[in-house]
Amino acid sequence: MSNSLLRWCKPWLPSGRTVAIAAPFIFLLVFFMLPFAAVVKISFADVQMSVPPYTPIAELKDGYLRIALNFEHYRAVLTDELYIGSYLYSLEVAALTTLICLLIGYPACYLIARSDPARRNLLMMAVLLPFWTSYLIRVYAWIGLLKNQGLINNVLIWAHIIREPLKLYHNNWGLLIGMVYNYLPYLMLPLYAHLVKMDLTLLEAATDLGAKPWQAFFTITLPMSKRGIIASSLLVFIPAVGEYVIPEILGGSNSLMVGRLMWDDFFVNTDWPAASAATCAMVLLLLLPMAWFQRIQRREMEAQ
Amino acid sequence: MIKTNKLLGNGYLVLVFLFLYVPTAVVVFYSFNESQLVTIWSGFSLKWYSALAQDGEVLSAAWASLQIALATAFSAVFVGTWAGFVLNRFKSFRGLTLFQAMINAPLVIPEVIQGISLLLLFVALQEAVGWPARGMFAIWIGHTMLCVSYVAITVQSRLSSMDESLHEAAAVLGAAPLRVFFDITLPLISQALISGWLLSFTISIDDVLMTAFLSGPDSTLLPMVVFSRVRLGLNPEINALGTIFIGLVTVAIVVNNHFMLKRQRRRDREMALAYSQAALGGEPRPGL
Repeated sequence: MSNSLLRWCKPWLPSGRTVAIAAPFIFLLVFFMLPFAAVVKISFADVQMSVPPYTPIAELKDGYLRIALNFEHYRAVLTDELYIGSYLYSLEVAALTTLICLLIGYPACYLIARSDPARRNLLMMAVLLPFWTSYLIRVYAWIGLLKNQGLINNVLIWAHIIREPLKLYHNNWGLLIGMVYNYLPYLMLPLYAHLVKMDLTLLEAATDLGAKPWQAFFTITLPMSKRGIIASSLLVFIPAVGEYVIPEILGGSNSLMVGRLMWDDFFVNTDWPAASAATCAMVLLLLLPMAWFQRIQRREMEAQ
Repeated sequence: MIKTNKLLGNGYLVLVFLFLYVPTAVVVFYSFNESQLVTIWSGFSLKWYSALAQDGEVLSAAWASLQIALATAFSAVFVGTWAGFVLNRFKSFRGLTLFQAMINAPLVIPEVIQGISLLLLFVALQEAVGWPARGMFAIWIGHTMLCVSYVAITVQSRLSSMDESLHEAAAVLGAAPLRVFFDITLPLISQALISGWLLSFTISIDDVLMTAFLSGPDSTLLPMVVFSRVRLGLNPEINALGTIFIGLVTVAIVVNNHFMLKRQRRRDREMALAYSQAALGGEPRPGL
């Protein structure tokens, strides 16, 4: 009985393969893609003192469908100096963070990748350990170092290098140091993975053929690690643009990154449509680097 | 290859590791400081730990955070493993590119974007069907979304580095796909699952942004309490809390790595034994 029922149902039931693919697919669609639709919708609404604090886009009233689109917030994002300034500032901070991370991280990864296998696993674990401990605590930790009476200033004054404490806390220095510190492990992990996989026989061949060490580095090592450099730089740059916690804790009141602006729009001014428009603008701004990252990741997956 | 001067290279690495470890070391050191002034050492004391133990706000927030982190770790591993398995197993299906994009994008997309957009989705849902409100459930979903990609990528790369022949052998011997998954695949990727679980737990327990956007009046979590105090500057109680946190995570990671290495060695040994016995024509004895 149940068997024949099953056979009758079979053509209408999705195959196991379809179900296996569809389940995570739908989960991601609902909780990753659909939310963007909500953001786009509310970015066209207007502020209103109500719960939730925005006007409806489409209303059915007396048999008429009334659609009210408000472009005011996009105009503000595109023309307001506060917004434009903070977008540029965020891009600048993110670019600088990425560059400094590369300058610190590349030589470190290179050295670790070239040391003997037992040692390099231990070293990489040591790089990643801070990545696992609380992000919030790691940002907070820098207050104790950067303050006027903090560790850095105390040591420098004690060593008679400076007389007056350096101003490092609650300004752009603090922000940048905190950013580099927190994003360094993100950069080092993929970069290391690329450098350690590299075929060393090419380098040997180059040296055998008479290349000087620096020549071999610039003609072989650096070009071969290009993909690793790009992937790990994007892994730092993209999230860094939207950083909120680090500028809030270590930056000054003028370190106005977009993340902070959006937070204030949302929680302080309760202007959800403005925050939504700013979100859309940020997504558009980051679309290109994200597509680039996606392409690299896909190639990585297919290479495996 | 650049013949790096050994001394210079090691010196450089020491500097990098100092940069990575001094800040947290300072937090740990001053958590045992007696003085209220955080940067001046005045003697050893555990008083900030006992202050922490009597701080009702911190304790109840920690309890709520622990529940969310546990739930997140399990759900992220569940969804992430499923997604990672699909990425590895099905090489072409309609929407594959979109699927890959939805796995990769959360790795880099600024959290403030994900926070605002998920909140607006939940608000719209609540308008439409009355559920779910901002609060514990919304936070749980939000944190899961933060962690799923990491688990999926870890699982996918672990699976693709695995020996295909084991699955084929099991399938040839007549095991159903689900049986193959539970008997062969899952045990082989268990290390990736444990790492994913730990990572998800640690991401969830100190996430500020997603939590702030999605929390309602009934859900004050630990990261929000910590964040609101840290904004005001140094705080000896937070030093104590940070030290507890750093201690727990370090122990978990070191233990996990220790067992990972041990299992790896045992597996290698068993494989070698099986091969050598097969070569001698003997049956591998059970229980080895």
